[in-house]
Amino acid sequence: MPEVINAEDLGRAIRRIAHEIAERNHGIENLVLLGIPRRGVPLANRIAMVLEEIEGTSPPVGALDISMHRDDISSRPTPKLHGSSVPVDVTGRTVVLVDDVLYTGRTIRAALDAVNAFGRPAAVQLAVLVDRGHRQFPIRADFVGKNLPTSGAEQVVVDVEEVDGSDSVRVEVSSQEVQG
Amino acid sequence: MIVLKGGTVVGSEHRIADVAVDAGRVVAIGSVDVGPHDQVIDCSGAWVGPGLVDLHVHLREPGQEWKEDIASGSKAAAAGGFTTVVAMPNTEPPIDSGQIARYVFDRGAETGLVRVIPSGAISLGRAGAKLAHLDDLWAAGVRMFTDDGDSVADSGLLRRAMDYIAELGGIVAQHAEDPGLAGRGHMHEGAVSSRLGMIGLPSMAETIIVERDIRLIELTGCRYHVQHVSARQTLDVIRRAKEAGLPVTAEVAPHHLEFTDRLVETMNPVAKMYPPLRTEADVAALRAGLEDGTIDCVATDHAPHSAHEKDVPFEEAPRGVIGLETAAAAVNTSVGLPAVTFFERMSIAPGRLLGLETGPLVVGSVADITVFDPNLSWTPGTFVSKSANSPWIGTEITGRVRATLLGGQVTFEHKEGASA
Amino acid sequence: MSLLTIEGLPAAEITRLLDLADGFVEVLDRPVPKVPALQGRTIGMLFYEVSTRTRMSFERAAKALSADTMTFSPSGSSVSKGESLKDTALTVGSMGPDLFVVRHASTGAPWRVAEWTGLPVINAGDGAHQHPTQALLDCLTVRQHFGKVAGLRVAIVGDIRHSRVARSTAQAMATMGASVRFIAPRTLLPFDVDGWPVETTCDFDGAIDDLDVVYMLRIQQERGGGDVFPSIGEYVNRFGLTRRRADRLPEHTMVLHPGPMNRGVEIDPAVADGPRSLVTKQVANGVAVRMAVLLDQLSGSEKT
Repeated sequence: MPEVINAEDLGRAIRRIAHEIAERNHGIENLVLLGIPRRGVPLANRIAMVLEEIEGTSPPVGALDISMHRDDISSRPTPKLHGSSVPVDVTGRTVVLVDDVLYTGRTIRAALDAVNAFGRPAAVQLAVLVDRGHRQFPIRADFVGKNLPTSGAEQVVVDVEEVDGSDSVRVEVSSQEVQG
Repeated sequence: MIVLKGGTVVGSEHRIADVAVDAGRVVAIGSVDVGPHDQVIDCSGAWVGPGLVDLHVHLREPGQEWKEDIASGSKAAAAGGFTTVVAMPNTEPPIDSGQIARYVFDRGAETGLVRVIPSGAISLGRAGAKLAHLDDLWAAGVRMFTDDGDSVADSGLLRRAMDYIAELGGIVAQHAEDPGLAGRGHMHEGAVSSRLGMIGLPSMAETIIVERDIRLIELTGCRYHVQHVSARQTLDVIRRAKEAGLPVTAEVAPHHLEFTDRLVETMNPVAKMYPPLRTEADVAALRAGLEDGTIDCVATDHAPHSAHEKDVPFEEAPRGVIGLETAAAAVNTSVGLPAVTFFERMSIAPGRLLGLETGPLVVGSVADITVFDPNLSWTPGTFVSKSANSPWIGTEITGRVRATLLGGQVTFEHKEGASA
Repeated sequence: MSLLTIEGLPAAEITRLLDLADGFVEVLDRPVPKVPALQGRTIGMLFYEVSTRTRMSFERAAKALSADTMTFSPSGSSVSKGESLKDTALTVGSMGPDLFVVRHASTGAPWRVAEWTGLPVINAGDGAHQHPTQALLDCLTVRQHFGKVAGLRVAIVGDIRHSRVARSTAQAMATMGASVRFIAPRTLLPFDVDGWPVETTCDFDGAIDDLDVVYMLRIQQERGGGDVFPSIGEYVNRFGLTRRRADRLPEHTMVLHPGPMNRGVEIDPAVADGPRSLVTKQVANGVAVRMAVLLDQLSGSEKT
């Protein structure tokens, strides 16, 4: 199982993403970070911590559950609800969606739909730890930790300490087609 | 001449023999030489006994011919090995006068597949208030009187009926069900009804009526027949009455010998009948009662209902199941009586009750004959009855009527591979 | 495939549905309380019994999942023209619903609809038999308040004999580890509760200081519940949750009722609206539970 990003690299990637977010948005005023469960949520929290270091204050962070907005509910087992917690009204704000892996784009499509339940954002941006390609929707990330060309037969496994006990990104061979 | 070849003959002695039938009578039992013009029915492995008699069928004619009529019911009876059936009077109009009784007799004779004997209502219109035209009915040939479908609940009315019918020499047959206790019950009152949230119909509703009726028999001396006994407690009452020498007889329906209220859990109205299916303890007691003679005979309570009437929720469904075509096999499967007892309970005892000339097959007997193979298994699926509300659909049972003869004529012959 | 009865549903399965429902409580709290999960799906609702809250609750749940509903109720329909349940089910069935929700006054009617149409069916109440979504919403309400169901002492009081709610909720709560007692006059207790995970008593006052949850039921006049005790006054004296009786309940004890309530009969108005009452919570949770059940029925069932 080749580890393509180790814990240190992962920390650096987060740090770089945070810097880019601050730079692109000329600070963090009016930002809200929404992690996509499960691993997007701790990543969003970490980005917020870095932003606090840089900017002296951190943006509101929440979770955006997209399970009920997926387009494949009929063909999969009953999804689990992770629950959304959106701490502010997103209307007029810039929402930064945070996820671990960007793949087909279906998750993000669902997230763009889901975010509307909480208001009308001024803009939506996307930060991902890994972009593995194979998009099926016209979606691209604004902030990418690492571009990781993969084949469809491979699976990108992201571990984060808060969920999995350690930080790492590995590529595994799998017959299952998963993730968004 | 018809020769029933090589069966076990239930006659004066019980042995493998041929039975020759000619001009409506049994003409020889033993080793019969078959001539070129004789019809031969192979009976090897089968019992050859007197034709089966069913004291309790609903032929639905007049009035409800979409469910069954006398012709279709007769065909079903012949297919089930029956040569005599007693039609219940809950037709529309009910058989409460000689005219309607004669109509049923005539339609039965026209069809000619089974002897159809109507029973007469006890009360006018089966309304439980005034006596039916008992003299008229008697004159028309009715011997058994019943308000079947309902109990005669009014003790005063029943006492008068018993007095009158005793004088005529007839039999009062009772559908025993206390209306107050039965209430709007849909199934046996017990653990299953409680769980399903359905109103229960307690065993006691039957037992109490029979208890009361026994007192009236003591008073009137009328011959009394308990229809479709379902509860073990009722059986105890009947046993005591018989021990006391009272003129009491009883019948049991094949479904009460096999199924319990658990069948209602399927939610299928094919499990709905009155009296309802009861518990395992009741089934066991009824089987024992049939074996030891406390119960005199089997009667089907053949109650056809068309598919659309049973294709409703359980509580809305009409009550009753068909039984003519499966009865012999069903009884053979659930109780497994020896040949002599089988024919005693299915033919001789009920025939005696009606005053018919029935008994073991001997030379000179009327050739009402049933050939029954006790070892042949089959699974009911389709029926010659107009209705198919049978709880045995899809259940394998053992025993098959191979042929039925009525007055020396073959009314049914089972062809291997044919249905029913 | 189908949710017809709570009987035999294991605790893990109930917990899974409650967890899912908890998620929908949050969804319903969003500024836009609607998700597209069941877009393009159609729910056929056959409501053969008068029902306000259950029918509206299912409709609300279906719509919050973006499913379409077709609701059939007898008045002003073909039933008055003599159409049978089977024909109606087949007729509505051929309009293409993905699932039926069935309420009927007769035990087993939802089973029959499932058999006739081959579609999944959610039992929304059949006779005095089962009402599984009610059982789930009751468990959810109790779990939200107490943090658990296991170990709670629950009394279900009133017309148990004619109550599908009692049958379903008692089963579900017992499966989840609660100890359940039925409290009613003998004429309103089921005839035979042998093998049920409940105790029975006719002594409400004797049980009252030993309870965490009191679940009150109304008298089901329409099923004959009214003919089995001498008078309403006598009934209230022994089995009503009067203010006096409510005052004797332990501090933490909560009161549930499946509705509709007969204020002043089984429950005093002050208790129904008082701080112990979880009644409005039950109604709110009903929507979330039905969303969970609808989603669970239609997940992984590719439209054919």
